[in-house]
Amino acid sequence: MSENIKKREEVKLVSVPSPYLVPERNAGKGLVLEANHLGIDFGGLTAVDDFNLGISPNEITGLIGPNGAGKTTVFNLLTKVYQQSRGTIFLDGKDTMGMSATQVNKAGIARTFQNIRLFDKLTVEDNVKIGLHNSINYGMWQGVFRLPIYWKEEKKAHDRVLELLSIFDMADMADMPAGSLPYGAQRRLEIVRALATEPKVLLLDEPAAGMNPSETAELMENIGKIRDEFGIAILLIEHDMNLVMGICEGIVVLNFGKIIAKGTPSEIQNNPVVVEAYLGKSHDEETADQGDDTEAGKTVDTDKGGSSRNADAGKKADAGKGKNRKKGGRR
Amino acid sequence: MKKLSKNTLNGFINYALVVVLFIVFQILASAKVLNNSMTGLLIPICCYVVMALSLNLVVGFSGELSLGHAGFMSVGAFGGVVMSTYLSNAITIAPLRLVVAVMFGALFAAAAGVLIGVPVLRLRGDYLAIVTLAFGEIIKNIMNCMYIGRDSKGLHFSLTDEASLNMEAGGVTIVNGPMGALKIAKISTFASGIVLILITLFIIQNLVNSRAGRAIAGIRDNRIAAEACGVPITKYKLMAFVTSAAMAGAAGALYGLNYSTIVPKKFDFNTSILILVFVVLGGIGNLRGSIIAAIVLTALPEALRQFQDYRMLVYAIVLILVMILTNNEKAASFISGMVKKIKAPKKEAKA
Repeated sequence: MSENIKKREEVKLVSVPSPYLVPERNAGKGLVLEANHLGIDFGGLTAVDDFNLGISPNEITGLIGPNGAGKTTVFNLLTKVYQQSRGTIFLDGKDTMGMSATQVNKAGIARTFQNIRLFDKLTVEDNVKIGLHNSINYGMWQGVFRLPIYWKEEKKAHDRVLELLSIFDMADMADMPAGSLPYGAQRRLEIVRALATEPKVLLLDEPAAGMNPSETAELMENIGKIRDEFGIAILLIEHDMNLVMGICEGIVVLNFGKIIAKGTPSEIQNNPVVVEAYLGKSHDEETADQGDDTEAGKTVDTDKGGSSRNADAGKKADAGKGKNRKKGGRR
Repeated sequence: MKKLSKNTLNGFINYALVVVLFIVFQILASAKVLNNSMTGLLIPICCYVVMALSLNLVVGFSGELSLGHAGFMSVGAFGGVVMSTYLSNAITIAPLRLVVAVMFGALFAAAAGVLIGVPVLRLRGDYLAIVTLAFGEIIKNIMNCMYIGRDSKGLHFSLTDEASLNMEAGGVTIVNGPMGALKIAKISTFASGIVLILITLFIIQNLVNSRAGRAIAGIRDNRIAAEACGVPITKYKLMAFVTSAAMAGAAGALYGLNYSTIVPKKFDFNTSILILVFVVLGGIGNLRGSIIAAIVLTALPEALRQFQDYRMLVYAIVLILVMILTNNEKAASFISGMVKKIKAPKKEAKA
């Protein structure tokens, strides 16, 4: 199977005393972000199930999958917009269980949003300064009375804002209201704002959505530049396959809330399971359903613990639904 | 730094506006142009301006609708009056006593703000509005059955009746339940009101243009994004709410010390709504608008006295007209067109 999974299996697994559902975790490799058996249910619907992922510092990983596969839900779980129903997330070795979105950001994870979420009425500069919030050191009354530390810290923040904006050549837009920026610039501003929080892991939710090919090419270059300059790991959701295949070192494919494949770009491109998830299967293959199912099962399940028993049942149901949809919709 | 200077300039215009208004009203009052009832309104106007400014911090900058603002004014008013009476022997200089009373009013209201804000600010939007409305009424009702007296031993509190204060002979009842505070020494002055407005403006304007103010505005514009930027939501919502409550308390203390008696019923839902009207009419998030709206709308009923029975009708019509004129695009473009026409010849003359 894929190379990444093989690598993970070779690493020594150390049992960790933990009240959560994970019996053991990878302690041998310095992973900056690690999700184990991550899952969430909304009522009776299992949106994400048994999601396992490890990202090394300074690695660019792509998270792809058809619409509604649960990619953004994974982001929301990692950034604690939702609390997971099952599993654990380790950020730089720290368990983020029970943390709020604010705390997990301070711990070193920053993100952008699929539907842009800027502070529309504030200027570009103030948007980035809110990203710098936790690195500006003065209190409310020091700000109200304009003590020397206010001027010192504001000057420092102002310089840092211009420095960060210059990554995308946006320094001249600093005084514009963020809501009035063109679409592409808004997306770039979100990345700048996320970078301002000094993350160890940056999550980009469809950074190239709505961009033309030349803008996308520029963005690809910039994402690489950000990784090198800031020395951070990047996990990105993207539908633009040129971008994903061009810059990602590892790719995770998600379908119906489960990982169906992991690997390098070339492995993913040639993986029949992935091709099927995106394009549906041909009529001939459908007759050989049974074989496919077991194969998919192998890819997902790395352990057969008690927690995954329910998951197995859910998976079968999901797989059934999937076939129906593919039959009806796209063949 | 260009933006900073623009904000600073705006702030200075506001300070200048208040000072100019002070001078104008002072001259009008001393020249006897204003009638007695108008002169008597000067201090309440100052209080309402401070109320409108402080509510604007919550509604305009924090983006949460609060309908219980009069409650904090009430806490500040009674707190300030009690402190002023209590300290009447200790501090004989009236202005100093006023300053101390106003500070205590602010402190009590801030404490009430924390008590109410901690549970309430978990809610948002309409729900928050309803709960703040309820808390405003609760404060009013508590004040309605609060008895505070003073004798040689110190202050006595009771929530049942005057007799249960257990005071020595010669003790004075300061707050007498539904009758309110009686025999208050009137120590508020118009100048102190103006100073309070300037202090309020100073705090709000500097707060808004600082790290905390950006966080507050960020939470208003997009809560989830602010969370994702590491901004602690509850802390900053509470900060805006409590600061606003404290300033309302200061205004309340000034208001209470302007009358010889105040009753708890004065600070009811209608007052909260009145202040909200100042904020909405002046423009949400617009401090200068709040100042002007508070002045005009407090003075208007007095100026409309000649309409007698139709006074409130005319007041309502004026409100509706202002709303239409400020929010209607066609009306706004018509007005801006008129302004341009008036300004254009002047520019030519300059050239």
